[in-house]
Amino acid sequence: MGRFKESVYKNFFFANALVVVVILAGIFLLLIRNSLPAFLEVNFLDFLTGKVWNPGGYSESSYGILSLLVSTLMVTAGAMLFAVPLGVLTAAYIAEVASPREREIIKPVIEILAGIPSVVVGFFGIVVLGPWIARIFNLSNGLNAVNGSILLGIMALPTIISLAEDAITAVPDDYRQASLALGANRWETLVKVVLPAALSGIIAAVMLGMGRAIGETMTVLMATGNAPAMPGSFLDSVRTMTATIAIELGEVPFNSTHFYILFAVGLVLFIMTFLVNLASDLILERYQEVE
Amino acid sequence: MLEVRGSDTELNLVQHMAEKFMEDSDTVISVTGGGSGTGIAALINGEADMANSSRPMKDDEIEQAKANGVDPVEFVVAMDGLCIIVNPDNPVDKLTVEQIGAIYRGEITNWKEVGGKDQEISLYGRQNNSGTFVFFRDNILKGDYSEKMKRMNGNAQIVEGVKTDAAGIGYVGVGYVVDEAGNQVEGIKVVKVGKDENSKYVSPLNKEEVLSGAYPVARPLYQYTNGKPEGALLDFIKFELSDAGQKIAVEEGFFPVPEELKQQNEANLQ
Repeated sequence: MGRFKESVYKNFFFANALVVVVILAGIFLLLIRNSLPAFLEVNFLDFLTGKVWNPGGYSESSYGILSLLVSTLMVTAGAMLFAVPLGVLTAAYIAEVASPREREIIKPVIEILAGIPSVVVGFFGIVVLGPWIARIFNLSNGLNAVNGSILLGIMALPTIISLAEDAITAVPDDYRQASLALGANRWETLVKVVLPAALSGIIAAVMLGMGRAIGETMTVLMATGNAPAMPGSFLDSVRTMTATIAIELGEVPFNSTHFYILFAVGLVLFIMTFLVNLASDLILERYQEVE
Repeated sequence: MLEVRGSDTELNLVQHMAEKFMEDSDTVISVTGGGSGTGIAALINGEADMANSSRPMKDDEIEQAKANGVDPVEFVVAMDGLCIIVNPDNPVDKLTVEQIGAIYRGEITNWKEVGGKDQEISLYGRQNNSGTFVFFRDNILKGDYSEKMKRMNGNAQIVEGVKTDAAGIGYVGVGYVVDEAGNQVEGIKVVKVGKDENSKYVSPLNKEEVLSGAYPVARPLYQYTNGKPEGALLDFIKFELSDAGQKIAVEEGFFPVPEELKQQNEANLQ
């Protein structure tokens, strides 16, 4: 009887795990099936390399995603530029330097940061951060890639900090003691021994934070201005792929080229986040082997 | 029971009119949204007694209706006006329709070209899921928007943007620039608009001039019935077009029906 029960439990849990895989495969198939009809009308190369995104235009429609792709990459890169140093240093502080009491305060605060709804972050971008950026860079407005980058950086911080902290904490204590015994001080130990030992874990943390930044929608939709022109610098308004899908999918006529092409944009986005997650998985795997 | 279906722009307006009408009537009126196209399709299929539409019926829709034995009759229930807003620091206070079009098409890029400071114009508009985006493009721009226009998520965000942007220009519904007491909200300036250089520049906040139909950036909000309305539906439409009904339109942030369209409404009621 006990064995029977055990196999029931085992199958139950297996079925649960299977559901996730099936859902993922389903989404992937749906994306592909709904994307393909778009390329009966639109040349695939024009789609990837066209600079003009103007579906349902006044005289003609254009479906080039290059400026959207560049916008997404710019905002994501900007977010990482901001979040990686801040996140890793915070993680190092929490793991290595902070007293247990400080740790008890900082960690929950970071978790709260993760719970702020993205619309609220976006509104902050319009009302507070935008005018600051405008003043600092002497622009007429602050709805641009810098604004989006900082906001996305803030949103990626909790992911980066908690995972990087786990990685740093997981470095065996022997390493630290050996380093200190050799005469290195705490600073040298942290920078030259502990952080390099945790490097693959930190990189994985950064990758996951990046995946979060690429896929974030509402915040960038509100704070970056969404002008579809090819951005010339970080001080230009940008329109990311996620914002484009969110704006347009709601009202697009069913089964039109525009409808299908939005799924194609989604597919490109899916592939990008998939690659980032895959890379982080590979790095994490290596890191666990070392341990 | 009367079924009214269609435009989301008109939804609150017609709902409030129906509520007021039902206070003194036994007729039950159900008003639902779904978009102008949905309402017109429902009228054609005989599922609704009246369609709300923020655009005129298309030719093929009229043909389809006729083929189904439905004879659409048009009414204008109110006018949806758009205000052109700029930052209060901007010295420009009037523009022609052609100038507004050229600014949004990206042909005029500096405020000095229309009498302002030497400053690059910063464009704020709606996103292309908005009926207002299409109305403004098809009637004012008559071309594509500049790629540099910031696509904001709704009227309120355009107002927020222009408030903080000294070089900003935006277009929003009247309801977003006046508060509940009918005063203009602070932090923005509503530009007067002229049909062309030689005609009078009109403020959308000036009720008399708007009533005369002189404000050029306005669109009619339509309703369609199957044949000339009768019975309770006729009573309801008469109420909508009465002073009491038009007062509700103004409270909802719309303009009342101007004189020439009033006459057209009368003709379709007879």
